[in-house]
Amino acid sequence: MADALTVELVAADRTVWSGEATFVIARTVEGDIGVLRGHAPVLSLLTEAIVEITAEDGHTVFAVADGGFLSVANDRVSILSERAELATEVDVEEARALLEDARSGHWTDGSEAERRIRMAEARLRVVERDSSASSAS
Amino acid sequence: MAVSLREYRARIKSTESMKKITRAMELIAASRIIKAQQRAQAAAPYARELTRAVSAVATYSNVDHPLTKEEENPTRAAVLVITSDRGLAGAYSSSVLKEAERLAERLRAEGKEIDLYISGRKGEAYYRFRQRPIVQSWTGFSDQPSYDVAAEVGRTLIDSFVKDPGEEGDVDEVHVVYTRFRSMLTQEPTAIRLLPLEVVEADDAPQGEGHSDRTGDGEVLPLYEFEPSPEAVLDALLPQYVQSRIFYALLQAAASELAARQKAMKSATDNADELIKKYTRVANQARQAGITQEISEIVGGVNALADAQTEA
Repeated sequence: MADALTVELVAADRTVWSGEATFVIARTVEGDIGVLRGHAPVLSLLTEAIVEITAEDGHTVFAVADGGFLSVANDRVSILSERAELATEVDVEEARALLEDARSGHWTDGSEAERRIRMAEARLRVVERDSSASSAS
Repeated sequence: MAVSLREYRARIKSTESMKKITRAMELIAASRIIKAQQRAQAAAPYARELTRAVSAVATYSNVDHPLTKEEENPTRAAVLVITSDRGLAGAYSSSVLKEAERLAERLRAEGKEIDLYISGRKGEAYYRFRQRPIVQSWTGFSDQPSYDVAAEVGRTLIDSFVKDPGEEGDVDEVHVVYTRFRSMLTQEPTAIRLLPLEVVEADDAPQGEGHSDRTGDGEVLPLYEFEPSPEAVLDALLPQYVQSRIFYALLQAAASELAARQKAMKSATDNADELIKKYTRVANQARQAGITQEISEIVGGVNALADAQTEA
């Protein structure tokens, strides 16, 4: 595909999603980054947030990454995240419980608590986004 | 005679039930190997991309990182020995432990003290029995390690590596001893130095089949821009890299363990077959001998009676 990006979203123990896409949005520690074809090579750190991939056939894949890296080079995008999951794989109940747990304040380490809250919120949000996107189409 | 015949029959029976067990274990191991290999393959893309990213940063920036810094006078080395939780895998655990002993010997000759970190109950038992101190051990996952475990092991090792000299538990080097899965027939105990990191595209880096085309040799890495900075990226990358290397070692060890178990159980089953054959023959012989003896006794008795009658 001449005008497509080759995208790989990989978790530590599996490939979560891979294929051709036209547009990728991810959130780095410095803010959102959108990648189209011809993007300059970049290697950046991701934060716990949603990753949005617009696939070749036009539908959008929502996933959530818990930090990790985004590397772009030669129209190849790889998103590495230890525990990445697709919106359809998120266990909503579990994410809610984790959010409660993170907010309960028994995490003495403030940044760890914040990280957990961000991750749990991202997981819940990604499910909402995914369901609203699929109901709109 | 009849007694020993019964004995042989009992032995055949017990060998047969043992054979059933070893046969079942062989089949279980065989089906798990496939799964273990699939897991190793599924983990390959992550490790591959991570290796690429690390070499990209290493190529385009001269960043000094605590994890790559060689200590001038290494005095303490941590050794992570990856063994199995369960036995009945032939020489699997003992050959890893032998390799670990060899490495320890070498390190001691270089004037380094050893801190032991163990994964797997067999290794733990081995060192405990010899009353050698173990700094930390992890057990209960040897045939299907998860990434979380690898991450925890990695964090522990990195923590002790980056401690200041003189601090309790500080080590200057980290070595890993594991079993490399070469094929179903050969598994090779291997010792590697994990830290300080030498960032090279190691030839034993995990590569899934059919993926190697993209990371071919001689490929020129693009001139990356690093966000927020090369240092920050490296800071986040290297621990992940270490963890992924450990995960890879655990997966390889798991596949090797299962392969070793399958092989051991297969030869146990074969041996049981041999034994059954042998005992059956001996039992038949004993039975035949019994019959022959009985016949000769009867014939002898009849003759004696006949002789007595003719005399009378």
